[in-house]
Amino acid sequence: MSAIDLQLDSQGRLLHFLSVEGLSRHHLTEILDTAESLHGVAERRVKKLPTLHGKTVVNLFFEASTRTRTTFELAAKRLSADVLNLNIATSSTSKGESLLDTLRNIEAMQCDMFVVRHSQSGAAEFMARHVKPHIAVLNAGDGCHAHPTQAMLDTFTIRRHKPDFPALRIAIVGDILHSRVARSLIHALNILGAGEVRVIAPRTLLPVWVEQLGVQVFHAPQAGLRDVDVIVMLRLQRERMERALLPSEQEFFQQYGLTEERLALAKPDAIVMHPGPINRGVEIDSRVADGPRSVILEQVTNGIAIRMAIMSITLGNHARPAEENA
Amino acid sequence: MHDAEFLIEVMAGQLRDLLSRRAIADPALVGIHTGGVWVAERLRQRLGITTPLGQLDISFYRDDFSRIGVHPQVRPSELPFDVDNRHVVLIDDVLYTGRTIRAALNELFDYGRPASVLLAVLVDRGGRDLPIEANVIGTRLKLPPGQQIQLTGPNPLQLLIQTAP
Repeated sequence: MSAIDLQLDSQGRLLHFLSVEGLSRHHLTEILDTAESLHGVAERRVKKLPTLHGKTVVNLFFEASTRTRTTFELAAKRLSADVLNLNIATSSTSKGESLLDTLRNIEAMQCDMFVVRHSQSGAAEFMARHVKPHIAVLNAGDGCHAHPTQAMLDTFTIRRHKPDFPALRIAIVGDILHSRVARSLIHALNILGAGEVRVIAPRTLLPVWVEQLGVQVFHAPQAGLRDVDVIVMLRLQRERMERALLPSEQEFFQQYGLTEERLALAKPDAIVMHPGPINRGVEIDSRVADGPRSVILEQVTNGIAIRMAIMSITLGNHARPAEENA
Repeated sequence: MHDAEFLIEVMAGQLRDLLSRRAIADPALVGIHTGGVWVAERLRQRLGITTPLGQLDISFYRDDFSRIGVHPQVRPSELPFDVDNRHVVLIDDVLYTGRTIRAALNELFDYGRPASVLLAVLVDRGGRDLPIEANVIGTRLKLPPGQQIQLTGPNPLQLLIQTAP
């Protein structure tokens, strides 16, 4: 069974959320629409819904992350679930416990959902393959492979500003090669029928798969940013520099960093996105990051609604009676 | 035989009397998705109420999430007024088990503390599982459990009675 089949039941409903790849426009639209209904919860006096009351969600983070873990935690709590945060990077695997042992131990605590982040591609899929049938697994980022909830919160943010996907021109800028964010986002934009997806990156940071996904490749922002509606800046990870893929942060900023001058190449109402955490003065200038076109903090807020939507949809589909799931 | 517009006229008369007996000058109307919103909007026009219409989608408050999951066409709930100390009229198309109203009351109280809540329904078909009754009723229908009654709309509004498959 491939990862794509693994996340759907026999009637094509989402049981796990491992990857955007292989899902239909219907699946993504259902997530986006559900998130739209959940978005207003944060403005109410009681920022909580009873939907997952009595369920237990475990955040299994084998790789450090503050924002993603926090928004998953808040999403689960706003749905009234109990939340357990396990930072395994500092826990039992360092004592030699295998992934499967970790999984069996946490399963024995009667949990209903695993949110998994791991530096190895395929870790969440491995979990989904081995968990008991009542447990839903969400991928919170696996290696360079996928970060599907980030792709959904990005498309949600785009849709709230610019709902007509076929009319959109979207540029993704920076380290595409190591970016699970870029990969998942390109898949999601293709599924939602985005008009044109561009990537702008130096040759050393471009993976071979980009052109297979039908994106337009640019090496210079001067050409690539022209007349775009959406700019997605990626985080430049410092460890890449050590592997000599890039000369220096300063040079990267000079060639690719998003400045007000470069932003002026895009459409006048273009929005600027970034999955965070941002490196000011490396991939983005502070005046742009904090400027009127930036929706970077909105992305954080939207991440909570998107994760609430995915949690309630997947656990809801697990909840259906066995005969319906058969 | 069951003209929805006529039943709404009946409801409007009852609601007008009830509000004046209780000296409620400026009620806030809240429709429950989907049929309840259609009925509520018509009542609001007939009663000349200025407060914008509230809408509740109770999908996330249902008591059968563990059996049926989230409704795939859930819509945003929206109460465009301060619930605190307001007299609220909750409006639905069909009152049956009372579970939808239980969920709607819970959701309403997560927005604030209303001064009072009245319930107005187009059709009361009996068969309650919970101690909930309506204050305003368009009509009462006695239907066997196998039959479903559904309001379709919004233009025109029609009540359909079907035997469940």
